[in-house]
Amino acid sequence: MSLINYSSREINVKIVYYGPGLCGKTTNIQYIYNKVSPDTKGKLITLATEMDRTLFFDFLPLELGKVKGFKTRFHLYTVPGQVYYDASRKLILRGVDGVVFVADSQRSRYDANIESLYNLHENLNEYNLKLEEVPYAIQYNKRDLPDIISVDDLQQELNPKEFPSFEAVATKGIGVFDTLKAVAKAVLRNLS
Amino acid sequence: MVRTNWKVFEEDYWAINTTLQELLQNSNATSVLLLDKTGQMIASLGEEPQFDLHSFASLCAADFEANAQLAQLIGEKDFATLYHQGSNESMYLARVAKDIILVILFDKRTTLGLVRLRTKKAVDNLATVITRLYDKLEYENEELKEFDEEFAAEAEVEIDSLFSD
Repeated sequence: MSLINYSSREINVKIVYYGPGLCGKTTNIQYIYNKVSPDTKGKLITLATEMDRTLFFDFLPLELGKVKGFKTRFHLYTVPGQVYYDASRKLILRGVDGVVFVADSQRSRYDANIESLYNLHENLNEYNLKLEEVPYAIQYNKRDLPDIISVDDLQQELNPKEFPSFEAVATKGIGVFDTLKAVAKAVLRNLS
Repeated sequence: MVRTNWKVFEEDYWAINTTLQELLQNSNATSVLLLDKTGQMIASLGEEPQFDLHSFASLCAADFEANAQLAQLIGEKDFATLYHQGSNESMYLARVAKDIILVILFDKRTTLGLVRLRTKKAVDNLATVITRLYDKLEYENEELKEFDEEFAAEAEVEIDSLFSD
């Protein structure tokens, strides 16, 4: 649900990073925050626990230049990945315009990915949305770690409908912007 | 077409601004903000705060939503207003219509009682404007002329230049 303000000529869109606990959602946002030029970004808000786990959400507002006279702003959110924070995840999905699902490539996190993806479907459903209707991309993160699942196998299980997918090492920034660009472009293309 | 079911038109924007201006003056508040429940800022008036307004709006929406969940746990639908008292600065939040939140920031130059009183009237006025806006959006099927192929192409160039390593 993008907000278009005709009077101040502004467009605000909301992109949510979803995925299981410790998959690298916050790392994605932090990399983006560190890389974009200071005049385009607002304050990075992190509501985290003492253990550096996201408690409620991370939030980063980014300002794109003017597009046909409209100041365009992206609001990036992450959800808390841990299973018991479902109420928070549901709230953050409200009014979402685009979704990035960050999957953890490690074999040990295989089931956690499936569970989180299923949870995303369920929570979108609460807002009468289907994943097919929302600009969406999946990121296979942590490709640099040992004992990871092949991209083919991940695709088969997590992305049978072949939405745009990207391999990533978020700690090094690999694949971070590619993933965001894919969803950001799809969101704005959706306006036209 | 995207779900552009939330647009603010010129006429509504000015109606909103007039009400906010009145509220600001009558309540002696420092600033007033109007945002939607997803944390998107619609309008803000008064003294320019020294913090990032968009982050603030996002946290206000989260605050309101978290409290709505608490309300439901104790058998209420939601809390129509919230009050956070600081030693110098305080804030008062009120729900307008279904999806809008009005935030009033104030200090010792006024009192909670006055803020609450003036907010009540502003909420009624804003609810009328917002309901009219919703009705308009309900019947509005027009394609958005501004958002054509040219818009998409320009947007892609901007995105490429903003998000680069």
